[in-house]
Amino acid sequence: MSLLSVRNVHKHFGGLHALRGVSLDLEEGETVAIIGPNGAGKTTLFNLISCEDSPDEGEIVLDGRRIDSLPPHLAAARGLARTFQNGRVFGNLTVLENVLLGAHTRLHGLTDPGSRPLGALFLSLREIACCLIQPRRFRKLEAELAEEAKEILSMFGERLLPRLHQPAYSLSYANRRRTELARALALRPKVLLLDEPTAGMNPTETEEMTEVILQLQRRGQTMLIIEHKLELVMAVAHRVVALDAGAVLVSGHPEQVRSDPKLIEAYVGKTRADLAKENAALALTAEA
Amino acid sequence: MLDQWINGLVIGNLYMLTAIGITQIYGVAGVVNFAHGSVYMFGAYIGWMAITWFGWPLLPAIGLVLAGSALLGLLLERFAVRPFAQAGSTILLLTTIAAGLILDNAAQVIWGPQTQALRNPLPQWYLQLESGIVTLLDLFILACGVTTALILHLFLYRSRAGWAVRATAQDRDAALQMGIDVNGVSRLSFALAGAFAGLSGLLVGLYFNNIYPTMGASATLKGTTAALLGGLGNVPGAILGAYVLGIVEAFSVEWLGASYRNLVAVVLLIGVLLFRPSGLLAPRRALNPEPTAGTFIPHGRPLRFPRWVVPAAAAIAAALPFALVNPYPLQVLAIGWAFALMAVSLNLISGTTGQISLGHAGFVTLGAYASAIFTSRLDLSFAASLIISPLVAAVIGVLLCYPALRLRGQYLAIATLGLGEAISLIALNWDAVTLGPLGISNIQPPAFFGRELVSPVAQYWLALAILLAGVWIVHRLTRSHLGRAFRAVREDEVAARAFGVGLSRYKSLAFGVSAFLAALAGVFLAHSYSYIAPDTFTFALSIQVLTMIILGGRDNLAGAVLGAVLLIALPESIRFLGEYRFILYGLLLIVMLRFRPYGLLNSTK
Repeated sequence: MSLLSVRNVHKHFGGLHALRGVSLDLEEGETVAIIGPNGAGKTTLFNLISCEDSPDEGEIVLDGRRIDSLPPHLAAARGLARTFQNGRVFGNLTVLENVLLGAHTRLHGLTDPGSRPLGALFLSLREIACCLIQPRRFRKLEAELAEEAKEILSMFGERLLPRLHQPAYSLSYANRRRTELARALALRPKVLLLDEPTAGMNPTETEEMTEVILQLQRRGQTMLIIEHKLELVMAVAHRVVALDAGAVLVSGHPEQVRSDPKLIEAYVGKTRADLAKENAALALTAEA
Repeated sequence: MLDQWINGLVIGNLYMLTAIGITQIYGVAGVVNFAHGSVYMFGAYIGWMAITWFGWPLLPAIGLVLAGSALLGLLLERFAVRPFAQAGSTILLLTTIAAGLILDNAAQVIWGPQTQALRNPLPQWYLQLESGIVTLLDLFILACGVTTALILHLFLYRSRAGWAVRATAQDRDAALQMGIDVNGVSRLSFALAGAFAGLSGLLVGLYFNNIYPTMGASATLKGTTAALLGGLGNVPGAILGAYVLGIVEAFSVEWLGASYRNLVAVVLLIGVLLFRPSGLLAPRRALNPEPTAGTFIPHGRPLRFPRWVVPAAAAIAAALPFALVNPYPLQVLAIGWAFALMAVSLNLISGTTGQISLGHAGFVTLGAYASAIFTSRLDLSFAASLIISPLVAAVIGVLLCYPALRLRGQYLAIATLGLGEAISLIALNWDAVTLGPLGISNIQPPAFFGRELVSPVAQYWLALAILLAGVWIVHRLTRSHLGRAFRAVREDEVAARAFGVGLSRYKSLAFGVSAFLAALAGVFLAHSYSYIAPDTFTFALSIQVLTMIILGGRDNLAGAVLGAVLLIALPESIRFLGEYRFILYGLLLIVMLRFRPYGLLNSTK
């Protein structure tokens, strides 16, 4: 069974039918890239998977349990982590705090968010008490998480380690994106959702990010990536799913998808030869 | 029956004159103008001067009122709004509140705090109908309302300047790029809104035959409620909302009694915020996303000082009674510590979690009443009440605020304001439990194990101990993962939620702890004053506490304490400042937000 499967989801925004029955499967350890022209529904699909929004029809299953219609913070607790298109770091938190926040769902038994009112009240009081008393177990966990955060940040070499205690708003754009990825990794996600991880990065930075993604892949991280840069897609994706106008246009091996005429048509429109053929056909029907 | 309809229509007309101004300003400047009621009050006083001092007839007096309050609107725009246009709507909300505070207290200084009689110069003619009467003044008010609405409509939809106003309201930047003088539009809107508000103030004064310096507060509340009912920024909506509010009020006064007038309005305000935040006319949908991340106050981080400073300051504070012979400064400082606790607790919501609350006095009132009732009726000891009352207040506070926690920015601010008002209005109307407007007196002094703490020194130490406990609690919480989660909510709700920080859970936690601490301060003050009434802790106190944390620096514990001590001790130690205390607070708020928005103890370095 797949780790994540999206089954026939539909989404409407007013009169716009943004997703028309999209299905998608993600196996454990697999990297799948979603491509498609602007307005194809990539980000909508991403928002549905990360439970930012819920589908009008269809279901989304993570590890055997339905997650559509869950609020996003519970989806996170189930092991979904995402990055955002514009690099939404917490500006006034330090780099380290940003990454530690990623591990929020892992503060065992402390932050359990999904209980009924009375249970929630009890757990809230316990959470407050725990912060006030700060038992040793709790301090140890925090210290371990801080170590782990540094380890994650070391993936980016010396880019972020010297800036551990700087506020995130002082970082360069590329460093914010890195911080964001580190934050997502601190959740230890079953599925990592990357929304254009290299948007706005220069070629060197893109290459570095590609390396990081490959490294994650080697560790067995399951990933779903939205990306425009075909080079990156070719380098990292096991499979590619091309969306157009809210539906899956083609999917399969990267090389295969890249040369599919339907995809080329979706991106650049019809070629001159195609148009000529169609015109001729139209002319024939008109005569008849 | 007919009487109520006439009453409702007349009052609705009066509300309409303020509501259209509030909605118009929201459209152009993106802020609910909390100084609007103060302009209205000034209008009333200008008219009163013209009629009673100069003996002018009504029409020229109205002319003077229109001109004077339009001018005041312009001043407001120039000094409290334009300098902060780029700072975000929550800052603007604070600056207009500050401007209102200054104007209200200036009026007290100029004309005195007492109520002035305002005689209606119109002939005492009236029309007898089947089941009610219509006076000439009623007709005059209706005529003023209809004329104003018509003029505004013609201006907005038939004139070129009105076109520019509508364009600016839709998209300020685009209008600017199309060559519209958006500052001019802003000035025009404030002048118009000011003129209408002033007229409304005068008419209300004539209707009720009296005026007083704090009459603006309820006008702001009613106008905002009417504007929200119609959807903020929607002029026809505001007109409809005002009539709805006026008529609902007229009927509830008839059925429930006059003291329910304001409670009904507050309930309507909260109801519309919770269920139809975009107004009755808008399709049922969530309110427009309002970017609030980091817009409260620009970034700043606490200044660092050596580890020994805080314990040393605490030790000095504790040793102070040995050095002072005169008990008066100790009494002032004890009050100062209680306020510092309120500031520390508000800081947890507004500084750390980034949720603007204008109803903090409500939590204080809850704690004070709970303790007064528990100790006098249930014979609970002070020591037990010191824990139990704040807990009860925190539970009630969270339950009341919970539905409002999904609102953001100004909407949340207004909702908390409404909730704070609702708490004191309930205290006012629930005679059986709270003894109504009389309040509860003879509350026993603080006592532990049978020993009463009546001396100023003992109360000083008690206040300090409570404050230190509160500071310790907030310090521990904000230094742990909870603080991280709170700050994440402040910085970016969407990203926080995506990483498992459930927004309503963590906002409730922050509000709960904050309500607990604020109520603790309330318990202390109730037993220290030995008296509590519905108007002991008011909206002005909420603003005072908010000023303290802006003065000290947001998300900064030491700053909150420093801000409180400065704001309580300064006006007391410099005698002549006493009378001008609230003017000082208002000025300080505006000046700080303009020149050092991150506070005294934060820096952007």
